[in-house]
Amino acid sequence: MADSVRDRVIAIIAEQAVLEPGDVSMDATLEDLGIDSLGLVESIFAIEEAFDIQVPFNANEPEQSDFDISSVAAIVGAVEGLVAEQKRG
Amino acid sequence: MRRVVITGQGTINSLGNDVPATLEAMREGRCGITDLELRDVDRLSIKIGGQVKNYDPEALFNRQQIALYDRFTQFTLIAAHQALDGSGLSFAGEQATRSGVVLGTAGGGVNTWDENYRSVYEEGKNRVHPFVVPKLMNNAAASHVSMEWNLKGPCFSVATACASSNHAMGLAFQLIRGGAADVMVTGGSEAMLSFGGIKAWEGLRVMSRDACRPFSANRNGMVQGEGAAVFVFEEYEQAKKRGATILAEVVGFAMTSDAADIVMPSKQGAARTIAGALKDARLNPQDVCYINAHGTGTAANDKVECAAVADAFGHHADDLMISSTKSMHGHLIGGTGAVELLACIMALKDGVIAPTIGYEEPDPECALDVVPNVAREAKVDACLSNAFAFGGFNAVLALRRAP
Repeated sequence: MADSVRDRVIAIIAEQAVLEPGDVSMDATLEDLGIDSLGLVESIFAIEEAFDIQVPFNANEPEQSDFDISSVAAIVGAVEGLVAEQKRG
Repeated sequence: MRRVVITGQGTINSLGNDVPATLEAMREGRCGITDLELRDVDRLSIKIGGQVKNYDPEALFNRQQIALYDRFTQFTLIAAHQALDGSGLSFAGEQATRSGVVLGTAGGGVNTWDENYRSVYEEGKNRVHPFVVPKLMNNAAASHVSMEWNLKGPCFSVATACASSNHAMGLAFQLIRGGAADVMVTGGSEAMLSFGGIKAWEGLRVMSRDACRPFSANRNGMVQGEGAAVFVFEEYEQAKKRGATILAEVVGFAMTSDAADIVMPSKQGAARTIAGALKDARLNPQDVCYINAHGTGTAANDKVECAAVADAFGHHADDLMISSTKSMHGHLIGGTGAVELLACIMALKDGVIAPTIGYEEPDPECALDVVPNVAREAKVDACLSNAFAFGGFNAVLALRRAP
């Protein structure tokens, strides 16, 4: 894979936030980046398409979901986990 | 001022194929949400819905009719038959030209779109049935009702997402009250439980995979339903003169827009609409004993709706009952307010409040009497029915017991 999961997730988030990837810091929250609930759902869709994975996320209970969205780093970690899990073998 | 009463009602939905069966299910707190039966359901992540089961259109309609009637039109005609038979009205001469139809539907002929897209895109066909357009159009159901019963006055359809039916019924009320018609056949229908219809909703990630639990702390989203409910709204003096059975009186309506967000509800918008309906109906807050909630079972709607009710009613919010029957029949989107009006009429006429089923854990942000799980008897003089749609459109109806 040419780009790391981290770079690709940051690129997706940056596009949603209308920022340069270099301006998206790992400890930023989505709120810091100005991404609202619709922007989040759109980002998750883009992540699913980019990595061909299913992201378990219900907007009604974000805290119950296994998909941690508390920061950019948390999202990158969660996507890495899902890629490893769903692309096994 | 001309008064407006309801002199007929009909329905088909996942709780029953007519009004008595539906009301019995509501009284018993029965759930109509089941595993979906439809093509390619294995490719959906949401596999439940308030689906009309054991339904055989060929037993009810002939081949020519089915060629023109999408499922949402079929549901409408079934419900309209019951409502008009019950009303005892017939339409000729001036009665025909003074009578109309206004029906809500958000998606119209969704199954027709779905089937024909499948045919041209997936199966690669280059030809579709000649009646695809008149079958899928949103106003098809209203048109067929108009033709079937010779209703020649104001006829149209309303599409305002989840508020479609409440807008339709509110307009029917205003048309009669304002003198533009004497009878309006109104309500709404939705048949969105197709592969594409559910797939679209999945995308928003607001759907529950297991149950609709409005106001419960562990609620996790909405569940779609399908069906129709149709009512006959009639000018009071005419109804009285002909000795009609009056089910309830429609006394007020308000509609507003949040002008804010395409999906998130607004407490101010909802509260303003509730207050507007009370004012239009000349009701005091303490006159209202029951509210049929929008109550979708999403995190956002239910807490905003409770806060709006608390705002609009002040202290009286703690004394009134508010329930969401979507817990039983699911969210019929553009048809939902119509099916929910049945619960309002039951409250006024029979003194039975339909419960909010699936209620498991109190939510401090929804601290109202939501009539959890079990129906209740109560004398209700006036009630409201709320609808708050995507797009920020709000529509609230106010009803009173039959005069």
